[in-house]
Amino acid sequence: MRLGSQGIEVFQRRYKPFLIAVLIGFLFLVLRTWHLQIIRGEEFSRLSKHNRIRIREIPASRGMILDRRGRIVVDNRPSFDVFLVQEDIGDMEKTAEFLHRLLKITPKELGKRLEANKDRPPFKPVRIQSDIGRLHLALLETHKLDLPGLIVDVCPRRAYAYRDIGSHLLGHLGEIDSDELRQSQFREYQMGDLIGKYGVEQQWEPFLKGLDGGRQVEVDAMGRELKVLQGVEPQPGNNVFLTIDLDLQMTCENLLRGKEGAIVAMNPQNGKILAMVSHPSFSPSLFADGINHEDWETLVQNPFHPLQNREEGVISPQEILSCTGSYRFGNRTYRCWRKGGHGKVNLHRAIVESCDVYFYQVGQRLGIDTLAKYAKGFGLGKATKISLSDEKPGLIPCSEWKKKVYDEVWYEGETLSCAIGQGYILVTPLQLLNVSSAIANGGILYLPQLVERIERANGKVVKSYQPIPRGKIPLSQENLLIIREALYGVVNEDRGTGRVARIKGVTVSGKTGTAQVIRLKEEVKEEETPYEHRDHAWFVAYAPMDNPVISVVVLVEHGGHGASASAPIARRIIHKYLNILKEEGNLKPIIARGREVDSLNSRSPIR
Amino acid sequence: MIDRRLLTHFDWPVLILILIISCIGVLNLYSATFGEVESHLYAKQILWIGIGLAFALFITVFDYRFYRDFAYIFYGISLVLLIAVLIYSMINPEASRWIKIGPFFIQPAEPAKITIILSFAKYFDRFSKRDGYLLRELIIPFIILLVPSLMVAKQPDLGTAIGFLLIGFSILLFVKIKWKSLVIMIIGGTSIIPFVWHFLMPYQKRRILTFFNPDLDPLGAGYHIIQSKIAIGSGGFLGIKGTQCKLHFLPAQHTDFVFSVLAEEWGLLGGFILLGLYLFLILWGLNISIRSKDRFGAIVAFGVVSMIFWHMIINIGMALGIMPVVGIPLPFMSYGGSAIISMMAGVGLLLNISMRRYIF
Repeated sequence: MRLGSQGIEVFQRRYKPFLIAVLIGFLFLVLRTWHLQIIRGEEFSRLSKHNRIRIREIPASRGMILDRRGRIVVDNRPSFDVFLVQEDIGDMEKTAEFLHRLLKITPKELGKRLEANKDRPPFKPVRIQSDIGRLHLALLETHKLDLPGLIVDVCPRRAYAYRDIGSHLLGHLGEIDSDELRQSQFREYQMGDLIGKYGVEQQWEPFLKGLDGGRQVEVDAMGRELKVLQGVEPQPGNNVFLTIDLDLQMTCENLLRGKEGAIVAMNPQNGKILAMVSHPSFSPSLFADGINHEDWETLVQNPFHPLQNREEGVISPQEILSCTGSYRFGNRTYRCWRKGGHGKVNLHRAIVESCDVYFYQVGQRLGIDTLAKYAKGFGLGKATKISLSDEKPGLIPCSEWKKKVYDEVWYEGETLSCAIGQGYILVTPLQLLNVSSAIANGGILYLPQLVERIERANGKVVKSYQPIPRGKIPLSQENLLIIREALYGVVNEDRGTGRVARIKGVTVSGKTGTAQVIRLKEEVKEEETPYEHRDHAWFVAYAPMDNPVISVVVLVEHGGHGASASAPIARRIIHKYLNILKEEGNLKPIIARGREVDSLNSRSPIR
Repeated sequence: MIDRRLLTHFDWPVLILILIISCIGVLNLYSATFGEVESHLYAKQILWIGIGLAFALFITVFDYRFYRDFAYIFYGISLVLLIAVLIYSMINPEASRWIKIGPFFIQPAEPAKITIILSFAKYFDRFSKRDGYLLRELIIPFIILLVPSLMVAKQPDLGTAIGFLLIGFSILLFVKIKWKSLVIMIIGGTSIIPFVWHFLMPYQKRRILTFFNPDLDPLGAGYHIIQSKIAIGSGGFLGIKGTQCKLHFLPAQHTDFVFSVLAEEWGLLGGFILLGLYLFLILWGLNISIRSKDRFGAIVAFGVVSMIFWHMIINIGMALGIMPVVGIPLPFMSYGGSAIISMMAGVGLLLNISMRRYIF
């Protein structure tokens, strides 16, 4: 053996200190047990009789949502909620009957509520109904003594200050469902909690949600609070300041009222969204649709296609092509929107007057894959990555795509449709706005952003969002200039298709677009076409030309021509925003080239 | 292998003490869960105790020095299991402390305690030193102790990690370390605390603060403590037919708060009897330790005793509101297969060492 008894004796000598340590440990437990059971026994016995300690949760108030100038858009208001504490209910049947009579809660519903909360300890209140009226509140309070276990508590409830304003954008709250509860990001949530289900409420949920508090209270046999033992104060959620301008948003809502379509306005210099409307306004069936209004049928004539041609060197801006009102390719005739044709057109005139035939020809010269390459360079065919859920990427077709999806070769005729933005192409208003903003600001594609900053309840800034450039459009400055002159011409030349959008003294630039819903017969007049077959009207615009402060996209579904339906709306939005800036005293940058802006204030031009 | 002399030296008092405590545990569990969804748990607990006792007796069959050869291998296996827990918890976020093998949920932190004890004993047996160890001779034991402790703390099971450290530290005191080393260890240990604290996330800090002061969380841990104190306090001298535990006022009454149930129903008398049984067991175990025939046996026996002691002190102390709220089981009382079987394995070692002390 390696160790004899000698080695063990060492341990034997250490027996005593360990013995003492053990005894001290036990002494503590014994004394403490004595203290609790004998000295404080009566006190605990009293508390135990009716299980008198309860936890009352104090929900945190959710952060507010404000506009870019700090005006409250979404707030909280107090709501009286009815809770039931199963442990304190004396006569369940009587209580159920009372609830049925007073609050119209059927015993079945009540059972369902309780069943859903069966994992909660019986001393924790279960919410039975939210936001009861004053009359019900009064009745409940009078019957309080007969109804132990029913409590009414004041809870913060979401209040949307402007009923329909920005409903797509702001989103709404809903009770957390069991799928969400299982996700790790919602670990701190429990059954019955409200979470953002859509829009800003959903995307900024972690910031808006506060930290719930609560208190331990001693209650009497009726469940009434006697005293508060300990508590934690709830911490309100953070306030979210949007980039949205409330006034502009309201203007946009009003302009689109009664129509179907979408409006998005953005500051082209940084990608911050100023207004965002989608109609028909909020109805639950449209949740899935919302922000990315996608047009499966058709799209605008892209203002940028000719540019690509320039970049590829297949056509020079001076080159003149002739438009006779239609273009024959293969055995089909591709029409221009103007029956008589535009005659001899160069690039500038083709854009200003929206000549289809011109673009059929350049499209043909470029080929679909080059077209697609540039369209993708403009950020089309992929999501803009705005912080809103289920944004759709749109679609920019190419020959490879068609082979993959349809297992068919690309026909050159299809290139012609795509050259004027029709055919397979799908673009969302936001993508188009991004393109026009990039043209306006000198070529930078910004991430569209909705939130300016996030502040704590005490005003301390938690997070401030900076502009995020996501790329540059593939155009040289020289070509950009050509395009911008042409877009200026669209609004300000006498033959421009967008001349309705002209504002005296302001260099508005824009581009019209008309998207076919179905192929219309040549002879049929617009007024005679059934509503649902009428074309979608698009208009993108920005102003002023040299130092743009706003770019806007307007889509009126089944509105007919872009010029007639959408351009006037865009004009009023731009006008409104320039007025807002003027009121703020921020108009200076607009007076570029020394142009007059006084006309903004005269009432006559805009109605 | 097993000869008659061994049977004559079999340590009946240990076995009987364990049986009594286990029986009280089953009765208590039956009472705590009567009429509840978990009412079948007492039957499962009997099964665990049966398996555990069989395992303990099986352990006594081989000379305990046989386990010395495998100490590091056992230790390696328990580390692998702890790594498996961490990986498993990434796949299944609901699991943080256990892995599922077949129908069984295994908590590898429980058997890890035994493997740490065996590894410590093996190390200090091989490098035996009468006059105390120097700090640099303790590097390997520190690694043996800290690796599983950190892994368990990561789960996060701070209570069990501290349990590991207490057991390890007790063994260090038992094998004797130099005063100077002890002082340096204490100073070193305390001085890195602010450093580590600096790197913790706010929620981790909050969790640790709550751990030491449940009142910071009056809706969670603090609430459990006050309910536990009400349960124990209302028990009085002879106990009452309690309502506190029955009605779910007390969470985890079949695992962490078993003492509260006992003290409520059996009062001061019941509580003292249980404490007495534990005291008897621990002192008897200490005796086994110092009388064992070799150094390895002495350290293993002491390790097992310190494991039982610390679990008991922390668990009951928690129920009485004088210790942090942690998920540490009360030996032989709390429900749980992994804990019962690991504790029984410790008892097996104790019996083994005790019955072989006269046989060379």
